[in-house]
Amino acid sequence: MQSVVAPNSLSSENPVLRVENLRKHYGLVHAVKDISFHVCAGEIVGLLGVNGAGKTTTISMILGVLEPTAGSIHIGSVDLLRHRSRALSSTSFAAVYAALPGNLTVYENLRVFALLYGVRDFPARLQSVLDAFDLHKFRNTKCGILSSGEQTRVGLAKAMLNRPRVLLLDEPTASIDPASARDIRSTICSFAASTQTGVLWTSHNMFEVEEVCSRVLFLSHGEIILSGDPRTLPAQYGKSTLEELFISVAREPFDLGALQS
Amino acid sequence: MNLTRIAAIPLRQFFLYRGSAARVVPLFAWVTIDMVLWGFMTKFLGSLAHTSYRFVPALLGAVLFWDFMTRVMQGVTTAFFEDVWSRNFLNVFATPITMPEYIAGLLLSSFATSIVGLAVMIAVSTAAFGLNFAAYGAMLLPFILVLFLNGMALGVAAIAIVLRFGPAAEWFVWPIPALLAPFACVYYPLATLPAPMQWFARLLPPSYVFEGMRAVVSGHVFNGALLAAAFALAIAYIVLAYWIFARVFRHAIQTGLITRYSAETVS
Repeated sequence: MQSVVAPNSLSSENPVLRVENLRKHYGLVHAVKDISFHVCAGEIVGLLGVNGAGKTTTISMILGVLEPTAGSIHIGSVDLLRHRSRALSSTSFAAVYAALPGNLTVYENLRVFALLYGVRDFPARLQSVLDAFDLHKFRNTKCGILSSGEQTRVGLAKAMLNRPRVLLLDEPTASIDPASARDIRSTICSFAASTQTGVLWTSHNMFEVEEVCSRVLFLSHGEIILSGDPRTLPAQYGKSTLEELFISVAREPFDLGALQS
Repeated sequence: MNLTRIAAIPLRQFFLYRGSAARVVPLFAWVTIDMVLWGFMTKFLGSLAHTSYRFVPALLGAVLFWDFMTRVMQGVTTAFFEDVWSRNFLNVFATPITMPEYIAGLLLSSFATSIVGLAVMIAVSTAAFGLNFAAYGAMLLPFILVLFLNGMALGVAAIAIVLRFGPAAEWFVWPIPALLAPFACVYYPLATLPAPMQWFARLLPPSYVFEGMRAVVSGHVFNGALLAAAFALAIAYIVLAYWIFARVFRHAIQTGLITRYSAETVS
């Protein structure tokens, strides 16, 4: 399998996203339990876990739309909880559950979000993201009549408009055919490498994770229980593939010692 | 406050109106119908009464001003509903826009749409029924301003209700002007109301405006202190409405309601 992870100079001393002791309780339900991790400039980190593990809760907190019960989130050196607006100007996201308004055209949506993110050179950025995601022919098409895959590409175009330092992608290729998904993965990797954007990527497609992520974090019941290189991690736990490891962790999340032996 | 981010909200509204007859027609259709209906009603009442009372500026003018205030409120709520209807909260609130900027954007959108409605009402009422705005003299602008401020306060309070109780709560919002109208003394003097209703009416800035309008068209001088009270109340309600919205928004961020808004409740 050919990896499309872009070669770049990662440095743990240069994190663009720093999450420390992040916790979220909903009453008695502990959705996220004191997790800490970082994403470096140009690095693509996979956030893995079964449905309900706390991935989307974590992403929502990093996006500033869910207040943590405790902990801190820094985008670069900016404390998200104290300087929300400044931190979010360097952040962006795309998710299958957050399609752009279907009653606006691709151009109109991108224009509005360019203003919201304070994009200065909009004509050039528009051209660039339309090129990157092959959206020129849909420029004046309402998003609501695009296919789900095309809408995903528009969402990704929006996510890259502001050249974010931190890009959060929640299952970005979930509704895309394999050929388009490969192109999109390649575009995102190139973008991350060329702009030194740190990417936090959730996916249930382990092939995809191995292909794009230089590091993965396994989340289970709101805790990070495993982390490492997705290409070497399975062997460390006696598994031949990342998917096998994922299934083992999903079934027996608290028995990692046994897995390792 | 970042003006660029604020501008995104009215620009979005412009894009929506530009391509949608369903949005453009209501800007002037209902107010035109209201002006025609109340214009003929005013003429009829004028033909019955054998007094020098000026029904056109006192009654048709009051309906016009009340409709304007209603349009201001609905301009705020409709711009907010666009985000509700298109499930756009997550996209919008994950951007750097701040809550005051978002509210300012809604108010700007409302200003634009309500001015269109006002212009149409003025055109119909003057051309068809001879409403002369000179009848209100120097008080015209203060009256409009108080109603505009009050419409803004109602709009912000209304969107707080919808944010707190979910999309279905928009049905609480549409009847708000009708619920307030009896107390706002749009069609009759304050003295017509029973004492307990008068007490409530005095808490509403529009009741001062409509009392003042009737006084001015009858040739009396409107007490400046009452006008100041109307302004003070309107501004206090804007502050109160914003405070309520800010608290509701904070609750939505703390509970995760923003991210799961279609569920209407997170409990």
